[in-house]
Amino acid sequence: MTATTEINKIISKENMVYGKTSVLLDNEMHYCPGCTHGVIHKVIAEVIDEMGIQDKTIGISPVGCSVLAYNYLDIDWQQAAHGRAPALATATSRLMPEKYVFTYQGDGDLASIGCAEIIHACNRGENIVVFFVNNAIYGMTGGQMAPTTLEGQVTATTPYGRDCAVTGFPMKITEMIAMLPGTRFVTRQSAETPGAVRKLKKVVQKAFENTREKKGLSFIEIVSTCSSGWKLSPVKSNEWMKENMFPYYPLGTLKDE
Amino acid sequence: MTEEIIIAGFGGQGVLSMGKILAYSGIMQNQEVSWMPSYGPEMRGGTANVTVILSDDRISSPVLKKFDTAIILNQQSMDKFVNEVKPGGTLLYDPNGITHHPERRDINIYRIPGAALAVEMGNPQTFNMIIMGGFLKIKPIVLLENVKKGLEKSLPERHHKLIPLNIQAIQKGSDSVETVHTV
Amino acid sequence: MGDVRLMKGNEVIAEAAIRCGCDGYFGYPITPQSEVMETLMIRKPQEETGMVVLQAESEVAAINMVYGGASCGKKVMTSSSSPGVSLKQEGITYLAGAELPALIVNIVRGGPGLGTIQPAQSDYFQAVKGGGHGDYKLIVLAPASVQEMNDFVDLSFELAFKYLNPAMILSDGVIGQMMEKVELSEYKPRWTAEEIEKISGSWATTGKTPGAQRRISTSLDLDSAKQEIFNHKLQAKYRAMEENEVRFEKIACDDAEYLFVAYGSSARICQKAVEQAREKGIKVGLLRPITLFPYPTKAIQEMLKNVKGILAVEMSAGQMVEDVRLAVNGKVPVEHFGRYGGIIPTPEEVVEALEQKILGK
Ligand SMILES: Cc1ncc(C[n+]2csc(CCOP(=O)(O)OP(=O)(O)O)c2C)c(N)n1
Ligand code: SF4
Ligand SMILES: [Mg+2]
Repeated sequence: MTATTEINKIISKENMVYGKTSVLLDNEMHYCPGCTHGVIHKVIAEVIDEMGIQDKTIGISPVGCSVLAYNYLDIDWQQAAHGRAPALATATSRLMPEKYVFTYQGDGDLASIGCAEIIHACNRGENIVVFFVNNAIYGMTGGQMAPTTLEGQVTATTPYGRDCAVTGFPMKITEMIAMLPGTRFVTRQSAETPGAVRKLKKVVQKAFENTREKKGLSFIEIVSTCSSGWKLSPVKSNEWMKENMFPYYPLGTLKDE
Repeated sequence: MTEEIIIAGFGGQGVLSMGKILAYSGIMQNQEVSWMPSYGPEMRGGTANVTVILSDDRISSPVLKKFDTAIILNQQSMDKFVNEVKPGGTLLYDPNGITHHPERRDINIYRIPGAALAVEMGNPQTFNMIIMGGFLKIKPIVLLENVKKGLEKSLPERHHKLIPLNIQAIQKGSDSVETVHTV
Repeated sequence: MGDVRLMKGNEVIAEAAIRCGCDGYFGYPITPQSEVMETLMIRKPQEETGMVVLQAESEVAAINMVYGGASCGKKVMTSSSSPGVSLKQEGITYLAGAELPALIVNIVRGGPGLGTIQPAQSDYFQAVKGGGHGDYKLIVLAPASVQEMNDFVDLSFELAFKYLNPAMILSDGVIGQMMEKVELSEYKPRWTAEEIEKISGSWATTGKTPGAQRRISTSLDLDSAKQEIFNHKLQAKYRAMEENEVRFEKIACDDAEYLFVAYGSSARICQKAVEQAREKGIKVGLLRPITLFPYPTKAIQEMLKNVKGILAVEMSAGQMVEDVRLAVNGKVPVEHFGRYGGIIPTPEEVVEALEQKILGK
């Protein structure tokens, strides 16, 4: 056997154990190396692919580093003003009840400027999925304090560390949202290891199934890293996240009705 | 005297801070100065450039098309700015990573192996001051003592111990600049 | 010489606020002006002068914090860039309607929509003609240097309190991001409670003094007759500003046969264009409006004795040019040259536009 026929045999379809979903486009992502956004995009894309709902899914991208998410997933998108994605999703889902509608929002977008919008969308129990990427910082504008920034954490607008007496406390918005009767499924996950990614994928699937069954609002927080904003290497960022974020934002499902 | 300069290279090469030190040196000798950077996401690992103007008179536009001097530190910047040097003006470049060397004959061209010398000095942070030394050799528009004052002003106190190293780097640059072509 | 530094326009806004005795800053991050709040956070004025600095949850919240602070007779401000200033419009018209003094800084970027983070001057209409609802005007100052970024913070507060009206500094990413030599102002202490009572006691909601009239900060009056009277009062105030507060600069105008009209960073570019055009023998001058409201209408009219044509240069598709045309009223040709969407024109392009559009070459 020549080397080429050998390779062709190895890469033949029946031997394939993993492939990139076609829902994820080939466009080069603009995210920094190690950024969690890319991993989350991939998971969402895979679930959409596997559930066969590509033609029925509308994504709503935020203002934040993921503003360009529409470049990466091969579905229909709307691009919202900063924080307003849940409002767009509300109308979209009500006008087209058979569609799968999700918002994809950062912590600044969802928990700061769009706090009113998300709370009210959750309270109304809109039949949508919300992805909440909590990297404890404003990635896009250069690393300023987010509502989820931890006590003592240094950011561009808390250069001496976040002082809770002045700026309030790191906001556990997911816990607040779990309290709202409008929400059905509220969970907090991460994406830093293959195991975590597998778990994340399961809950993403469950969330879209909830939409299919018209169960109401599913809310998935993903505790994430922002190595650029945190000024750490990707590996150090993961360590920092585990050491500091996980104790304050414990992983697990808060509500599943 | 008015000197209109563009400094252009990769983000992380110290382009902006070199411009800042130059501008501060100008202030130290009572000149008017302006420092206008490219800004925004293009700076993330991409190209960075800054327009620095030193003048004895009020400065008009801080944004320019044509320059008295271009200090070029990568190929992208060479492509962008080689034709924007005024005839009779000056181009100083580091040949490291340059694939198309400048061919204009109506400007003065100098080169300085800044990246190589910084390695030799054992400290990549000295790169921009080596380039600065080269520039000041060709165009002594600010006095070394004013650059020293400029460094003091623009570096935070905790970095002041690095000033002698920076001065050394300027010296090294000054000794190492080569003439390619003069008009 | 005082305290001379090399600073960015945005940093200087923060420094000037502290030094002029500003009581509060409320903002929300947005490029290209985030350095304003970042500088304040590094400077910690709460420890130095007692100034409050707060990152609000949105521009909507920030401008409403300004409304609350201004209602107390305090010197308060916010800064943002175009998309954020759009969000503030509701709050701004309420400030104007309640006759509250405040400073809003807009470091303009290209639009519409999310647009670009690069510099533009395409928010002129919004700043000068309204933006929010109702018949109101802002006092609008357009700095063309880092020094003026410093000087206009204090000036804005002075005018805002003189006329009980919000003031805006309309700048852009060029002036905000560039560094120049700047002489910082002397420190002025913040007003004490007694001083506030003296200056703004008739309206500031600082707690009702027993026996005195209660003070209400509002823009609401459901009685239309009263609302019309109130609008007359506002209009009289704006006419007084037009009478007393027009500011502009003329460069190379004495023998000018042609004229550039440009403000802010475009004026700097035109200054170079004047030099270049004069080298070619074209006698052109520059009139730089410093106040955009009130606009230097009369100053432009006075130039018409000698000037044969005017080119309005701005980083927009043509906004301020309308005010030039209103002033000129058809007496000489007025053309517009602009680059937009975040592109900055070069002096060479401006000269070329003058030759083509005005000299007809
Ligand atoms: C009305 C408005 N205000 C401010 C901004 C500037 N801005 C862009 S992204 C951002 C923060 C995004 O942070 P986050 O939602 O945490 O997303 P990340 O970049 O961290 O993923 C801000 C403040 C804007 N675009 N629009
Ligand atoms: S700045 Fe942070 S959130 Fe944005 S792409 Fe980079 S790592 Fe990701
Ligand atoms: Mg974030």
